[in-house]
Amino acid sequence: MNIDEKLYRVRFNIDPENPHIAVDKEKCKKCHDKICLSICPAEVFKLDGDEVSLSWEGCMECGTCRISCPEGAVEWQYPRGGYGVCFGHG
Amino acid sequence: MTERFDVITVGAGPSGCVAAYLLAKEGLDVLVIERGEYPGAKNVSGAVLYRKALDDILPNFWDNAPIERYINRQVVTFLSKRSSVSLDFKNLDYAQTPYNAFTVLRGRFDQWLAKKAEESGALIMNDTLVEDLLWENGKVVGARVGKEEGDVLADVVIIADGANSLLAEKAKLRRPLSPENMALGVKELLKLPKEVIERRFNLVGNEGVAYTFVGEATQGLEGGAFLYTNEDSLSIGVVCTLSGLIREKKEPASLIEFFKADPMIKGWLDGAILKEYSAHLIPEGGIHMMPKLLSDGILIIGDAAGFTLNTGLTLRGMDFAIASGVMAAKAVMKAKEKGDFSKSSLSAYQRFLEDSFVLKDLRTYKNAPNLLRKNSIYTVYPKMICDLAERVYTVDENPKKKLLKLVLDEVKEKTTIRQFLKDLFDGGRSI
Repeated sequence: MNIDEKLYRVRFNIDPENPHIAVDKEKCKKCHDKICLSICPAEVFKLDGDEVSLSWEGCMECGTCRISCPEGAVEWQYPRGGYGVCFGHG
Repeated sequence: MTERFDVITVGAGPSGCVAAYLLAKEGLDVLVIERGEYPGAKNVSGAVLYRKALDDILPNFWDNAPIERYINRQVVTFLSKRSSVSLDFKNLDYAQTPYNAFTVLRGRFDQWLAKKAEESGALIMNDTLVEDLLWENGKVVGARVGKEEGDVLADVVIIADGANSLLAEKAKLRRPLSPENMALGVKELLKLPKEVIERRFNLVGNEGVAYTFVGEATQGLEGGAFLYTNEDSLSIGVVCTLSGLIREKKEPASLIEFFKADPMIKGWLDGAILKEYSAHLIPEGGIHMMPKLLSDGILIIGDAAGFTLNTGLTLRGMDFAIASGVMAAKAVMKAKEKGDFSKSSLSAYQRFLEDSFVLKDLRTYKNAPNLLRKNSIYTVYPKMICDLAERVYTVDENPKKKLLKLVLDEVKEKTTIRQFLKDLFDGGRSI
């Protein structure tokens, strides 16, 4: 089962105007490891050419990327109140 | 207009709800601020809830709380590629009141606990993110919420915003989290009919079983996998340290797929339907990652304070969260009597924790996080145990050796006697 099929079972209240994650593309360019590409359980980070792009809409808000990025390139906030992931079972 | 409360609790998980419940019961004006659509909406847990801490404040809570099953069997399984060895503990007393542990699903359970806080008089404000704390002369005096209401003031703010506590960092009570101290859990909730679960896991009535798996379950990464029975679903997942995931560049979503496909596991999941996928951080650094627990007008409880305990055999968090909520409430009541919410007055919280199992257990197991970060625990020993069992049970044309000789052969094949004795000693000393 791929990640899209997994995330399809999760409910999200997407806040279209306000992405809660951003990456500093300059720092990403210098980063060799790009651990964000493998470590995110929702696979939010993708390589678009040689740039890191992100689909923050499917973020489960664990915060792993923020702690794991060796360059400190991930700017990470919680989504606005009421938005973001909404687990029914947890 | 700026609203004023006696106490604000940030986060409506078990620790925040319990603190709010107790303080509201004593007549204080308590506001619980929850960023999710409802309490539990952001929360994920294995989840085995050990009974004692909650029973102390809500006696016989299992009679009306949404518990899934009581756990009267706990199994630790060492997995290698083609075999497994289990330590299987079952206790008939655990199948009777007052029980020992339960499985719960946080979406429902946290809402129930928040309802208890509400019934005792606390105000629960959902859909609201605390963006920052409000300070006055170096003292916390309230919370800034991202709404028109603006600021909310209080004598004391209790930080219960979970493992990834941005507020504890903003308050400079904790250094930024490091991958060495954190584990990532990924989990799936799989639906199966109640009767199928009971037949498949040999459960009578509302009995439940909690399995943990070590070794091949995580492809040798530092961590483990779990499978718990709920009423009509299974909670299955993998927990690995961030440092291990970073080193090996493993994808968490594929780890859970790998585990589910294990021949030992696969049969149990036959016909199960995925209902939810989830992920959450777990603070596993123990006493070494404990933040400053309090300052003027502020206390930190639950996961935000790093209160979880992984001994390798049990993984506890919710009972620590609940107990820390109780201690915080006691300390705030004392401070309220004195009308003094300064750091020195609130330091009673630290003393209560020191006298309770929370800090006693974290200190007892102070070496466990280091031990459990050793890669050989996951690569060498599960395979050694499985291979030893294979040598015992395989009957072929070769003459048999006695057990001690088999153990020595295994040890020499996979490590050295010296290293083995050292690991045995470290293990015994740590857990």
